[in-house]
Amino acid sequence: MTALLDHLPILPIAIPLFAGAVMLLLTESRRTLRNSLALGSLVAQLAVALALLYRTTDAAAHLWPEGIGVYAIGGWPAPFGIVLVVDRLSSMMLTLVATVALAALVYSMSHWDRPGQPFHTLFQLLVMGQNGAFLTGDLFSLFVFFEVLLAASYGLVLRGVGAARVRTGLHYIAVNVAASFLFLIGVALIYGTVGTLNMADLLGHVEALRPADRTLFDAGAWILGIAFLVKAGSWPLNSWLPGAYSVSVAPVAAGFAIMTKVGVYAVLRIGTLMSEDEAAAAILGEILYYVGLVTLVSGMIGMLATQHLRRLVAYSVIVSSGLLLASLGLGIEPVTPPVLFYLATSVLTTAAFFLLTGMTDRTRLLAPAAPEPASQGDILPVYMAFGVTSPDPYGTEEEVGAAIPAAMAFLGLMFVCCVLLVAGLPPMPGFVAKFTLLSVVLETAPAVGARNAGWVLAIAVLATGIVSIIALTRIGMRLFWSPAQRRTPRLNVVEAVPVAFLVLLCLGLTAASGPVMRFFEGTARSLHTPETYIETVLGTRAASEPRGDAR
Amino acid sequence: MEAVYALAIGVLVAAGVWLLLRPRTFQVIMGLSLLSYATNLFIFGMGRLEIQRPPILEGPAAEAVLYADPLPQALVLTAIVIGFATTALFLVVLLALRGLAGTDHVDGREPEP
Repeated sequence: MTALLDHLPILPIAIPLFAGAVMLLLTESRRTLRNSLALGSLVAQLAVALALLYRTTDAAAHLWPEGIGVYAIGGWPAPFGIVLVVDRLSSMMLTLVATVALAALVYSMSHWDRPGQPFHTLFQLLVMGQNGAFLTGDLFSLFVFFEVLLAASYGLVLRGVGAARVRTGLHYIAVNVAASFLFLIGVALIYGTVGTLNMADLLGHVEALRPADRTLFDAGAWILGIAFLVKAGSWPLNSWLPGAYSVSVAPVAAGFAIMTKVGVYAVLRIGTLMSEDEAAAAILGEILYYVGLVTLVSGMIGMLATQHLRRLVAYSVIVSSGLLLASLGLGIEPVTPPVLFYLATSVLTTAAFFLLTGMTDRTRLLAPAAPEPASQGDILPVYMAFGVTSPDPYGTEEEVGAAIPAAMAFLGLMFVCCVLLVAGLPPMPGFVAKFTLLSVVLETAPAVGARNAGWVLAIAVLATGIVSIIALTRIGMRLFWSPAQRRTPRLNVVEAVPVAFLVLLCLGLTAASGPVMRFFEGTARSLHTPETYIETVLGTRAASEPRGDAR
Repeated sequence: MEAVYALAIGVLVAAGVWLLLRPRTFQVIMGLSLLSYATNLFIFGMGRLEIQRPPILEGPAAEAVLYADPLPQALVLTAIVIGFATTALFLVVLLALRGLAGTDHVDGREPEP
C-alpha cells in the first residue's frame, strides 16, 4: 500500500489524461457514462490533491521530510530524468485546480457541454496541463504542460461558433503561440549556458558561470520571464485576455480562472529557485513591481470602462494578476504568505463570478440575433465543421434538471457575495488577504528602502476595492433594479450549487484564515529556503541509485 | 558556419515578426511559421554546432567530447511537433473566421471600395 502511495504525484497528470482519452471514444449517446467518468476523474483528482496537501504539511513530516516529495518519472534520477516535485505551493495549486474544475464541470452539465466538440476531453486536458505545470520540476516539461493547457484552452474558447468568438479565439491563439516561442528561446538560452533544465539544478550552475555566459543566461531568464508575464496577463501583453475570457462560455471561463495564475506561479517558483539573494521573485527583478502596478491600474480602468459583466470579471482577473506581480516585485520576503492567500481567494472568486455570469446573462430578454455579415451558404460548412447547426446553441432555453425556487433572490445574493469577494470587503477572505498584505508591506517596505513603493502599492490596492465596488454596483443596479428589460430566468440546481459551493468555500477560508495563513507561512518558508528544495530534489540521485526504482 | 547560422536565424525572426504584425490572417500564420523555424534552429544551435559527431554514446568508455549534445535535438523534435500542431489549429481558426466574417483581417475591416 505504501509503495502504491509513492506514486500519488503522477496521478494528477495520469487520471485526466486517461479519462480524457477514454471519453473520446464515447459518443453523445453514452452521455451518462461520459459525465460520470468526467465527474469521477475530477473527484479522484481532488482526493489525490488533498492527500498530497496533507503529505506536505508538518502533520505528515515522517512521510516526506521537509514536506517536499520528489517523483522521478521512469526512475531516472534528478538532473538527468524529469522529476515531479510536490511541495506546499504545488499541492495547494493542485487543490485549487481540482476544486475549481469540479465546480465548473458540475455547472457545465446543465446544458453547456451539449453540442458537438469533445468538451469533456478538452476540459480534462486543460486540467491535466494545469496540474502538470504545477508539478513539474523541469523547465522544458513546464513548456510542454503549458502547451497542453493552452491547446485545450484554444479548443474551449472556440466552443459555440460565432464570428466574435472565432475572431477573439484567433487573437488569443496568435498571442499565446508567439509567447510560446519566447518561452522556447528562453529555455534554449538557459540550457545553452548552464547545460541543465532541472529547476533545482539551475542555481548551482549559475553561480559557476563565466561573466560572458552569465549575460546570456540573464537574457534567457528575462525572455522566459516575459513569456510568463504574457501567460499571467500582465500589461502591455494582456489585450487578448478580456476578449478571450468574455467570449468563452461560463464554465470554460471559470476553468480558465486559474490559468493566469499559472504564469504567476512560474514567476514565483523559478524566481525563488534562481535567485541568489532569496528575494521574492528575482527573475525579473524590480521591473516586476512596475509592470504589476501598471497592470493593476490598466485593469482598474478596464473595469470602470466596461459595460459587460463577464468582461468586467475578466478585467478583475487582470487586476488580481497585477496585484500579485506588484507585491512579489517588491522583493520582500514576508509578503509571500498574504500573496498566496490572495492568489487562492482570487482564483475561487473569479471562478464563482464567471459561473454566475452564465446565469445572469439569461436575465436579458432574448434580443433578435444580429444578422451575420456573410450569406448563409458561406457559413454552413463552417458550422458543420464545428459540429453544430445553428449560430448560437446556448441561446435556446432547453435545460435539464430541477429548477431552484426564488431564482432572482438567489442570483442577487450570489451577486452581492461575488462583489464583496472581488472588492475584498469583510466578511470575505479577500479582505483578510489584502489587510495582511498591506500591513506587511507598510511594516517591512521601509526597512528595504522601498517605503514609497510600499505606499504606492497600498494606495493602489485600496483603490482597486473602491473601483470594483463602483463598477460592479453600476452593473448590478442595471441587472437587478431595472426589471422592465429583464425577466426571471430558470435556474438549475446543478448550476446553482457550484456557485454557492465556491462562495461558501470562500467564507470558510475567512473562518479558517488563521490555520490557512499558517499553512501559507510554511509555504513561504519552504519557498524562501530553496536550498532544501534543491537538496531534496538532487538528493534522490543518491537515494534511488542502489534501488533503481521510482521513489 | 556560426555566422551564417546566426544570420539565417536573424533573417527568419525579422521576417517572422514583420509578418506577424501585418493585418491579414494569412500573413500572421506565415509569420508564426517563420518564427517557429527560427526558434527551432535557435534551440538546435544552443547545443553548439558540430559536424560529424554522433549524438548517441557508444559503450561505457565513450569520450563525451567526441559526441554532439543529444538533448537540444530531442527538444527541437518536441518543439517542432507542438509548433506544427498549433499552426494547424491556427489554420482551421483562420479558415473559420474567413467563412464567418467574410474577411481575412485579423482585427479590422475591409476598406470601403
